[in-house]
Amino acid sequence: MHSDPEAIRKSIRTYGIIGGLLLVFTAITVAVNQVHLAVPLAITVALIIAATKGSMVASVFMHLSHEKKWIYGALLLTVVFFVVLLFLPLLTVSDTIGTSLHH
Amino acid sequence: MEIPYTVEPRPDTGLANGKLGIWLFLASEVMLFGALFSTYILLRVGAVEWPHGELSVKLGAINTVILICSSVTMVVAWAKLKLNDFAKGRVYVLITVLLAAVFLVNKYFEYAEHLEKGEGPWHSTFFAIYYTLTGLHGLHIVGGIIVMLYLAGPGAGLWKRNPEQFANRVEYTGLYWHFVDLVWIFLFPVLYLL
Repeated sequence: MHSDPEAIRKSIRTYGIIGGLLLVFTAITVAVNQVHLAVPLAITVALIIAATKGSMVASVFMHLSHEKKWIYGALLLTVVFFVVLLFLPLLTVSDTIGTSLHH
Repeated sequence: MEIPYTVEPRPDTGLANGKLGIWLFLASEVMLFGALFSTYILLRVGAVEWPHGELSVKLGAINTVILICSSVTMVVAWAKLKLNDFAKGRVYVLITVLLAAVFLVNKYFEYAEHLEKGEGPWHSTFFAIYYTLTGLHGLHIVGGIIVMLYLAGPGAGLWKRNPEQFANRVEYTGLYWHFVDLVWIFLFPVLYLL
């Protein structure tokens, strides 16, 4: 974390620039939606833009680009559990409890 | 009794306790919203057809712009406090509150329009998950407003006693607020565009 006043003043300018870029990406998201792409492509493009915007917020506004290792460790664990959580519903496909063995 | 490590970092983690605490809280929030996103995917993949164009892209985009601007004002509030400018820091916190309130007003009009047409959570699977996700997100906005009003009002007295601790509190609130913004960045395309 910065404590030098000049570095903080510089970071205020960075926050403004990142804010502007986030607005531009929002405009691009809406513009791409007007083009009526095929659904799989539209989902891919929209999620790539959202992920880019999300990483900008996390790295600059939330200062994740220069944090302590304890926070990175906690976030790494979160990512692992988050991915497991997203794929958990897939287990229902292989759940055969209560179904007949012979079809 | 004085609570240790509110300002100075703990020797083992290199962090003030509040900083690690807010990140662990945000980790639990990721799991909360993650469970709902996972539910959304399951419902959508399993649906025979999924409605498209039910929501106003214009209102959703305006709310995205509002939240992005509020994230900028919140981080600038913290930076101003680090520069020892309490007055400007407080003004930026209050601007953030104002933007958050505009977001909720916008959301109110959006909900009202759909409810008038009978499109409540009972209307379809899409509206059920829409109200669940945006309702929970809206509650987070309300929570943020309460904390920010406290910091700009009765909680501001801490600045005179311990400015560094006050700046830390604004920073932690900011981390929460950016997370709320981040969730909306994903909610907007998922619900309004796709």
